[in-house]
Formats: sequence, C-alpha cells, structure tokens
Amino acid sequence: MDIKQKIEQANEEAFRRLCAGDPVLVDVAPAGEVLPGLKGKWITHSGPPIEWKRMCGAQKGALIGQTIYEGWAKTPDEATILLEKGEIHLEPNHAHQAVGPMAGTISPSAPVWVIENRAFGNRAFCRQVEGNQQFGDYSDEALKGLRLWRDVWGPTLQKALHTIGGLELKPIITRALQMGDELHNRAIAASSLFANEMAMAMAKTELAKEDLLSTLGYVTHHDLIFLGLSMASGKAIADPARDIEYSTVVTAMCRNGTEFGLNVSALGNEWFTAPAPKVDGLYLPGYTADVAGLDMGDSAITETVGWGAFTIGGAPGILSLVGGTPEEALAYSREMRKITVSTHPTYRLPALGFAGTAIGIDIRKVVQTGIVPIIDTAIAHKDPGYPKIGAGLVRAPLECFKKALIAFSRKYDIGK
Amino acid sequence: MISGFVIRKNQYYDSVFLMNVSRRMSEVKGVLQTAVLMGSPANKQLLLDIHIQDDQIEKAQPNDLIVAVIAESPAIVENVLGRLNEWLEAIQENAPSLSVKTLEEGLSQKPNANLAVISVPGEYAAREAKKALEAGLNVFLFSANVSIEDELALKQFAAAQGLLVMGPDCGTSLIGGAGIGFANSVRRGPVGVIGAAGTGLQEFTSQVHLAGSGISHAIGTGSHDLSEKINGLTTLAALDALDADQQTRIIAIVSKPPAASTLAVLFERIKTCKKPVVGCFLGVNPVLLNGKPNFQPAETIDEAVRIAVASVNGQPAMPTVGLTEEDLAAIRMEKKRWLPEQKYLRGILAGGTFCYQSQQILRKAGITIHSNNPFDRKYLLADPDRSIENTIVDMGDDFYTIGRPHPMIDGAMRKRRILAESRDPQVAVLYLDFILGYNASMDPVGEMVEAIREAKRNSRQRGGTLTVVTSVCGTEADPQDLNLQMKMLQEAGALVFRSNALASAALCELLGQE
Amino acid sequence: METLVSKLLSGPVIAINLGLKSFGASLEQQGVEVVQVEWAPPAGGDREMMDLLDDLL
Repeated sequence: MDIKQKIEQANEEAFRRLCAGDPVLVDVAPAGEVLPGLKGKWITHSGPPIEWKRMCGAQKGALIGQTIYEGWAKTPDEATILLEKGEIHLEPNHAHQAVGPMAGTISPSAPVWVIENRAFGNRAFCRQVEGNQQFGDYSDEALKGLRLWRDVWGPTLQKALHTIGGLELKPIITRALQMGDELHNRAIAASSLFANEMAMAMAKTELAKEDLLSTLGYVTHHDLIFLGLSMASGKAIADPARDIEYSTVVTAMCRNGTEFGLNVSALGNEWFTAPAPKVDGLYLPGYTADVAGLDMGDSAITETVGWGAFTIGGAPGILSLVGGTPEEALAYSREMRKITVSTHPTYRLPALGFAGTAIGIDIRKVVQTGIVPIIDTAIAHKDPGYPKIGAGLVRAPLECFKKALIAFSRKYDIGK
Repeated sequence: MISGFVIRKNQYYDSVFLMNVSRRMSEVKGVLQTAVLMGSPANKQLLLDIHIQDDQIEKAQPNDLIVAVIAESPAIVENVLGRLNEWLEAIQENAPSLSVKTLEEGLSQKPNANLAVISVPGEYAAREAKKALEAGLNVFLFSANVSIEDELALKQFAAAQGLLVMGPDCGTSLIGGAGIGFANSVRRGPVGVIGAAGTGLQEFTSQVHLAGSGISHAIGTGSHDLSEKINGLTTLAALDALDADQQTRIIAIVSKPPAASTLAVLFERIKTCKKPVVGCFLGVNPVLLNGKPNFQPAETIDEAVRIAVASVNGQPAMPTVGLTEEDLAAIRMEKKRWLPEQKYLRGILAGGTFCYQSQQILRKAGITIHSNNPFDRKYLLADPDRSIENTIVDMGDDFYTIGRPHPMIDGAMRKRRILAESRDPQVAVLYLDFILGYNASMDPVGEMVEAIREAKRNSRQRGGTLTVVTSVCGTEADPQDLNLQMKMLQEAGALVFRSNALASAALCELLGQE
Repeated sequence: METLVSKLLSGPVIAINLGLKSFGASLEQQGVEVVQVEWAPPAGGDREMMDLLDDLL
C-alpha cells in the first residue's frame, strides 16, 4: 500500500470515529475534582500553550479575574503580580481534555460540564459560558456570575443530572441543527431543548426553592448555555480521532488571542501555530475594530467537528455575521465540504437539502485548495477589563496547515 | 455631542441582526456612532456608557427596540433615524457563487469526462496534465513553457495508459467535430489529420472543407513532438488512433521538419498503417520523402489537401490549382503602378506555419526572405522589428506574444507594424494573413482595415501604389462572417486569396522578374 | 482494442476546462459538455507545498 492509500485509509478511520461520537452530559463538577493531572494553584486557558507575558489583553484580564475569584488575590494588582511571578501554574485547556470559550480560563473551584463520549468512553470538560469574565472583564460585577455558577447553578444542575442519570446530547444536537442552530454563535434552540430537559430533572430533585428558581431562571434565559455543552461535546468527539497513524485529519483548532493553533491526528499533541488572525466583525455600541483583540478561544472545536461556521448555511438567525443573505451562508457551508473527508451521516441541514455537515478537516485539501476553515466567533477587547464587544467571522491561518503538512512529511520521510 | 434615539415598543430582533443594521447605519457620512439594540438592562448600560440617556430609555423593556445615533449635525441624526424602516429591511447583497476550483472537483461533477483542456501557466501545466492523465483523461495542453523532460514523462505515461497528450504548446484540435482551442468550424468527413502547429491544422482542415470533403479528427501534437527527445510519441499515438478509427479513411500529417531519426521512426509506423498516409513536412528536402511505402509526400498544405480529398473520392489527385487568369491580370495591374524604387515584400503574419510555408514557396522561386523565424539562419533578422529587403515576420512568435495578446486575438500590434512598413518607400507588397475560427478575434479584418487603407494612402501620396496581398483561413461556418471579412478586404483594395499557398504563389508573381 | 483514446474519438467529447474561460465557452457554443474549473495555482503557488502534495494527495 502506498502512502496515499495509507492516508486515505487512516482518514476514513478518523472520519468514522468523528461520526461515531456519542456525547452524554454526565456531571457538572468542580474542575479540581475532574480535570486530570493538575495540582495546587492552577488556571488553564484557551488556545495553544503560551506564557503570561505573551498573552493578549483579554486573556490576561480573564486570568486576573479567575485569580481573584479563587481568592488567591484581592485586587487586580495583586493578581497581576502573582501571575507575573509564575506562582500560578498556567496550561492550555486542551492538555487536560478541556476547552473554554474566549479566554477560556478554568480554575480548581470552578464547576465544568463533564461530557462522556459513550462510543469510546473518553471524557471532556468545558467551563461555563458567560459574557464578561471570559472576555477579560475582572470587575466584581463580572465575577458575580462565576460565583453564582460555583455556589448555586453548578451544584443545582449537578444534583438534577444525578437524578436523571445523565443526559444524552445527540438528540438535542441533531434537532437543534435542524432548528437553525450552528452551536457556536447560535445555540438558542439547543439551549431551549436543554432547559426543557433540565427543568423536568430539577423538578424531580429535592432542591431549596430559591436554588431551583435561580437555576431555572439561569438555564431558561441563557441563549448560549448550550455552547459550553457543544464545545465539551466537540472535544469529546474529536479526541478519539487523535493519534491515528497516517491520518491528516485535524483534531483540534484553537486560539489564545496571540496565536492560532491546531493538532493533526497522526502528529499527536504537537501544536502548529501562526499569529492569531483579525476577526471581520460586527461591534456592540461603543466599540469598533480599532479596539478589537485578535481571534481567541477554544470554541473552534465546534468547527473541528463540523458545526459552527461549517454549518452556518443552516443558521438563518445569524446570517448578519456573513453579510446577510442565505446564499452567502450556504456557500460557506458548501465550500467547507471541499476540505473535509466527507459529510456527517446524521447531523444534517434542511437548508442544504438535508446534506450532512462537512466533517474531518484534511490538512492536505486545505493546503491544496487554499480554502481554510471558516469560524464564527465572538470578539473581545484588546485590553484587559472589558466584556464582549462584538462577533464576526474569521478564517484559520493557512500557515498552520502548511507547517503541519511539512511536519507530517518529515515524520513519514516524504519528499526526500 | 448631537444625538437622538427612537424606541419601538414590542419589536424584537436578534442581536446579531441588529449589529449588522448598526454597522450599515454607521457607514453614513457624518455619523459618529450608532447603537441598535433591545432594551435589556445590559444594553441600557451600554447606552449609558456612550452617554445616551433618557427616561424613555430607562423605561424600555427587553422586547423594545432602541435605535440611537450620534452624528455631526441634527440633520444627519434626523435623516438616519427617519429611515429606520429602510435600515431594518432585508439585506440585499450578491451572493458569491460557488465555483469549481480543481480538476478533482470538475471530475466529480462530470465523472464521465474524457478530455482535459489545460491552458494554465506553463509552470503548473505539467502537474495538472499529470493529474488528468492519472484520472484517465486525454489531455489538450495549450500551455507553453513546459520543460521537454516533463513533456516526455507525460507522453510516456500517456502511452502506457492508452491516452493522448495533445501538446504542450498545442493550439488546435478537432475531435469528432468539436473544435478545441483555435479551430475552424468544418464539415465532418473521412480525412484525419495530425499536426504540430495550430495554424497548419486550421489551414488544412479549412481547405478540406472548402474542397467539399470533411474531417474525422484533427489531432494537434504540440510543437516539440517530432524532436529527437520526444521522438513523435503523440504523433505515433495519433497514427494508431486514426488508423483504428472507423470514420477515418486517409491520414494526413502536417508538420515542420522532424528530426531525422524521428522521421525514420515515423516511416516505420506509416509502413504498417492500414490506411494511406499523406504528409506535408514543410522545409524537408523532397528527396528524403520520395519512395516511402504507403506514403505520399506533398510540398504544400494545399497539395496535401488535394491528395487526401482525391483519395477519399476515389479519384486521381487534381493538378495543382494555380492562380487564375483574373489573378494574374490583377497582379500585372498592381505592378504597373509601382514606382521604380518599390521592390520589396513585407509579410506581417499571425500564423507561424504561414510564415514558414511562404518562405518555402518563395525560396523555391529563387526569392530570398529574411525573417525572425527563417528557413536558413543566414537570413535571421537581427531585430525582429526592423525589416530587411524581403521580410516575412511571424508576429505570433514569443518575442511578440510574451505578456501581450497573440495577433490572432488582437490586431493592435500588427496594425502598428503595417503603418511602419508603409512609410518605407522601397516597399511594394504587403502580405497579411487572417485567421478565423473559435477563440480568434471576432472581426480580424475589421481591426486592421483602416490601417490597410492608411498604408495604401501613404504609398499613393508618394506617387506609387502599395500592393496588399491577403489570405483568409477559415470557413463560412466559422463564428466570424467569412464573406463579410473577405468583402471588407476587397473593398480596401487588397488581393484576397483563400489559402496561404495561393497567396504565396501570387507573391512569387509579384516579386519575380518579367 | 478499445483504448481511452479510441473512446475519445468515438465521442462525444466531455471536457473539463482548466484555464482560459474562452476555450470552455467555445466548446459549449459547439454543444460540447464542459465543466469550467476556476483554476488557481495549487497551494497558492507555493512550490514546496505543491511538491509535498504530489506525494500525499
């Protein structure tokens, strides 16, 4: 068998594993209890590995917020000193089976969604999704959401989940994709379906009434609550496709606001990076492109498994992100088929004539066609201390794919 | 700061949609900032942050739309807010169409494709051609500047797969009636032809049509196929194909001189062909071509046509068709009007084969021709832009066409050259070729006719006359109007001939001694 | 023996056109089935990448 056939076969296997993924929400638990391989004072962050001094403003702001939230520092200045001195251990989420939106910070006491991929038995984690601290806002007001999540919403959801013995997400995801979600910037349908399930679960659980009402209010009014679940699901689905010899399929795409990074199946955990791109965006009042930070967050794991902008043709509600017409959005979704192994057999889009979502990004096809994955994303400020400032569309940098292709050819001694 | 706002009760929109509305409003000249959002507590805070505050905003509910504008003048604020409905209208932008970007995608659209037509830049052409061959496609390779090594590799691969590589540097083919590249619209019929040069094939196929017969297939081989390195791989494959083809009853080969070793290989193959073969190898000593089994040599393309058509009609070849009495009379008239110093020919040609064939015919008549592509290196023009005595220039040569349109597509270059030549008082005859067919200029004569008139005028002002000889290659079925093209030439006072060989015969008459 | 060449000659021509659009258009004008490829240099013209892709794709 020649190398091309070996690659094709390996990619078929990666594709099979990606499609077989069966995510089940099994727990909401403090990160310190569930994330593997971490001790002491630590915070994990989005994107490829990066040290404090090279971090972008928003990620620094989020780390300051997370440090204060953990009670390791009282003021932003104190937190900054601790972080500068390296007294808090920093690592990327992806190194610990985790993902986080935007700055993506996770620390020991913060509850995370725990997803189990029932097809393979692996687990993945994601932090809560909110609109302030994860964007770099470390104000007391911003941290309030984290504290409520830790003290009330997280534990309440945990109890309710235990009552029902976990929640299968594939049915929610499948329906939500047909209801106009793309599960990255648009997760309203999935969030509502999830709220329905959890409302019943909470009702069946013995809970203090105020906790029940507070948590019910939280899950029923949070349009993006499911983003944390779709991201953790994406991670749980993508991880089994890692470490397949000869496979050129992408197993993770993520950004830390400074660099964009990706993993490739046959190349294990090696990161292939390039400077984080600028987002072509729409801005909230008071903000413009001039103050925008660069592309950030682990949320591109949704595109990695074929959702997000790959599915934007099926998400009419956020057409504005792509210029406004359904044709443009559909064109993006169709374009992505040119760089993937195939399309998903069960995640199908009515707007595309019930075609499956493009899945299994092949770095060879990306480099050949010059078509890079498209990602829809939120935008953070370039400086620390701000909430969400906008949303937009961004393309993965081609350079990472080229670097990965070179590494692949070296590993298998090609082109000598 | 000048600002204003509008609140619409119970009019809910998605925030991403509203951000887009806001962006379009902010593009209006004089607008400093816009905010289009629902009246949620968080959004009301955002408005406060940009100093927009009011009791009404305080009271707005999450289902109320708030639109605020900060601008340079009250009129702008009023104007933008007054057009709110317009801003909220659907966004009408043109969607990008999704095109096919690679050969593989093309194949997935038409899995039964049998031919790749490739005209990408030379440095990429071999790669695409290889992919096409690997996918089982025959290749028409128009691209030039493909290395001889790549050409050999492609043709060897194709030979092993039973595929045909027409090219590189192939301008013309006709497959089952379909003209590929620069091709004329000709009748289908029993004559198959193989040719290295595009204009050679265009001339041959048009002449066959004109003679009332038709073409089964015309297979271009590219200009290097009969070189020693390539050794006729495509020509041989084409011979095999035409020999096996049911429609083809005679095979013609039109080419510049092949390498001696290649010519020998070719004759070996021709010997075993089931069908008769006629060949016109321009510039080859006729002695080398005589007495070969199953092979009839022809000195000109016209002669090859006559032999082929006569053969399929089951008749002996007609005698050489020369100039008519009428032609000769017209030529005598022209010569009478020349001034004593007028004695030279300037041929300004678009077709490479025509440049070659004209030289061959004139040389045989004892007339020396200088050229940028001469028969004999001795007569190579030092500067292609400066004619010497009798000169025929091939303006389709790389010297003229790198980075500029070929004269078959655009007449601008030839026009300038015609006028330059007409200012030389020693010039008596101007010779121009016009090539019709697919992908050529839609009005080749129209582009040039004013220049012809002006050139003649220049000569007349000196008291002489400039004789303009033209040949038109094409058929009445071509996309251009053949009859109109010829009529325009006649009306401009040009002598018009239906083939390059005939026009060359006229040149011999014009330049020969009485 | 039927070869891919003889299949082409027995027709009809079904073409994939890479490059000059007019070549594709003139074939269409003659009633030939054509797919027009909006060709651009593979790998953005990056020679090193093109060579690697030749081995890998």
